[in-house]
Amino acid sequence: MTEPLYQLTDLSKRYTRGKESITIFEKLTMTIPAGDFIAIMGPSGSGKTTLLNLLGGIDAPSSGEVVFEGKRIDNMSQGALAKWRAANVGFIFQFYNLMPTLTAAQNVELPLLLTKLGGKERKQRVRTALDIVGIADRAGHRPTQLSGGQQQRVAIARAIVADPEVLLCDEPTGDLDRATADEVLATLQLLNKELGKAIVMVTHDPSAAKYAQRELHLDKGRFVEKELVT
Amino acid sequence: MNGATLVRKNLFRKKLRAILLLFSILIAFLIFAVLGAFNKTLNAGVETAAADRLVTVNKINFTVSMPYAYWGRVASVEGVKNVSQANWFGGYYQEPRNFVQTFAVDPETYMRAYPELEFTQGSAEAFFNNRQCLAVGADLALQYEWNVGERVPLNSNIWQQQDGTSDWDFDICAIFDAEDDNVPANYALFHYEYFNESLAFNRDQVGWLIINTEDPSMNDAVSQRIDAMFANSPAETETTTEAAFSKAFIEQLGNIGLIITLVTGAAFATILMIVGTTMVMAINERTREIAVMKTIGFPAPRIFRMVLSESLLLSLIGGLLGIGLAASLIWLMSQSPAVSGSLPGLSVGWRVTFIGIGFMIALGLITGLIPAWNAMRANIAEAFGKV
Ligand SMILES: Nc1ncnc2c1ncn2[C@@H]1O[C@H](COP(=O)(O)OP(=O)(O)OP(=O)(O)O)[C@@H](O)[C@H]1O
Ligand SMILES: [Mg+2]
Repeated sequence: MTEPLYQLTDLSKRYTRGKESITIFEKLTMTIPAGDFIAIMGPSGSGKTTLLNLLGGIDAPSSGEVVFEGKRIDNMSQGALAKWRAANVGFIFQFYNLMPTLTAAQNVELPLLLTKLGGKERKQRVRTALDIVGIADRAGHRPTQLSGGQQQRVAIARAIVADPEVLLCDEPTGDLDRATADEVLATLQLLNKELGKAIVMVTHDPSAAKYAQRELHLDKGRFVEKELVT
Repeated sequence: MNGATLVRKNLFRKKLRAILLLFSILIAFLIFAVLGAFNKTLNAGVETAAADRLVTVNKINFTVSMPYAYWGRVASVEGVKNVSQANWFGGYYQEPRNFVQTFAVDPETYMRAYPELEFTQGSAEAFFNNRQCLAVGADLALQYEWNVGERVPLNSNIWQQQDGTSDWDFDICAIFDAEDDNVPANYALFHYEYFNESLAFNRDQVGWLIINTEDPSMNDAVSQRIDAMFANSPAETETTTEAAFSKAFIEQLGNIGLIITLVTGAAFATILMIVGTTMVMAINERTREIAVMKTIGFPAPRIFRMVLSESLLLSLIGGLLGIGLAASLIWLMSQSPAVSGSLPGLSVGWRVTFIGIGFMIALGLITGLIPAWNAMRANIAEAFGKV
């Protein structure tokens, strides 16, 4: 049996505000195999973003373990986590979060500044990433000169340019119209099927969830699984 | 693209803001460098003072003269190699605003006291042998376009001749300059005898004595011996090094060092606050972008350096432009004969520039520290919460 990509064990997350303590989830256990494409759904405030943050090592659990490819990440130092993220995780956000001062190509190049790649190779990689998401013709444009769908494509290119194992997407189509959302989702599906990227995608949109291999419903700190197309 | 591209693009993302910040930094460094240039030039005498030279003045004040006999008495003091004497003439040429710094001196001992002076036109002999000779400093000659052979009258606003007039006629018979360009040659010298004989009052007095000791190590002993010799006499003396004398002389104009410190201090305090608050706000506006960079995997120390580099770059660009502008302005001023005559060698200079660069680095670090720290510490999850 090969090692799973993620193994979450007895994961709990609580926020304490003064004397009050709210539990987002309690003793959550789940496995994400390599190459998986999961859609996470659930009501607002159910902890979907919190879960993505734990998977991405930008938030720490109150208790429990997050194991990535056999290595615990929940107790890593900030510096080690930054390195780990740069090598293994790509993030895609609802509002794209591109750097407004940089062109599309420069935005995509950003994660490569953390690698030892030379200028020529970086350019090559940026070009490839932009090609994969179908936006190479807009390489020189700034985010304000791009539509929402185009910006999200650039954001996806940025997420994959360093060749991570997993893409963590928080409502990637939440700000897009149906047709554009479908294009973006098709791109994600392509990345999953053709390039074997594991994808964990939070969404409110049931038709977006259809692009995933499986759906998880997060409610009151528990998962309800729903197997989709194979 | 590299880290520097990011720093540059972030700094100039809001052009108007960046330009206003640069402008305020530029002004502060302009003030600093212009005042620094004047200070340097005024103090040139202090810095270039010869180590073996002492000056003896009346203890009351250096504007009060001493009996002529002191000159001879000091010559016999142990450790004294040469003594000369000089007197403030306070001259002007044609009109009072054409101020000509003129001293009545004993030519031979005076030239011995100042071996760094050399004659570029005429000769030492011409000066020594012509009783009405006016030896003119090269910077002064340039200012009034004077040449050897001309006759010039100078008026004194202090002294009077026996016939009631206060203009003395001179033959320009020599022009001298200092070996070192930083030493001003913006004054004129003439014979004490010519001066003394024509005076209506205050004859047989000397303004101050210039002493060369046998060795700088003897300076203290020689000063003490001289001052002890005239202790309890009607004209007590005070003997100091030439550097201390020059400094006291400049301070007659006001405490220039203090003025410069106060003015540049106020300018720097102001930009420190303006640039500091603006940087904090500018980085706060970018909390989300910084969170994205951290999410991508940029380590916190690198974020810290990035923000600090921005404020450093800002400060260096503004500061260097300010010093550059000051250097151009000062250069333009120094082209005017009036300025080059009274303040020869006026320029910003390397010392002021290097101190300025030090201030730029300090300003950049101080204004960048808080925003860089905030950026480094910002929590990613919380930053995304703040949409
Ligand atoms: N820093 C915090 N301090 C206290 N409570 C927090 C904090 N961050 C999140 N929460 C709470 O945790 C809960 C889960 O938040 P989360 O953002 O994960 O929800 P979500 O499922 O992503 O919701 P949405 O669909 O609206 O994005 C919410 O009730 C929220 O108020
Ligand atoms: Mg959310």
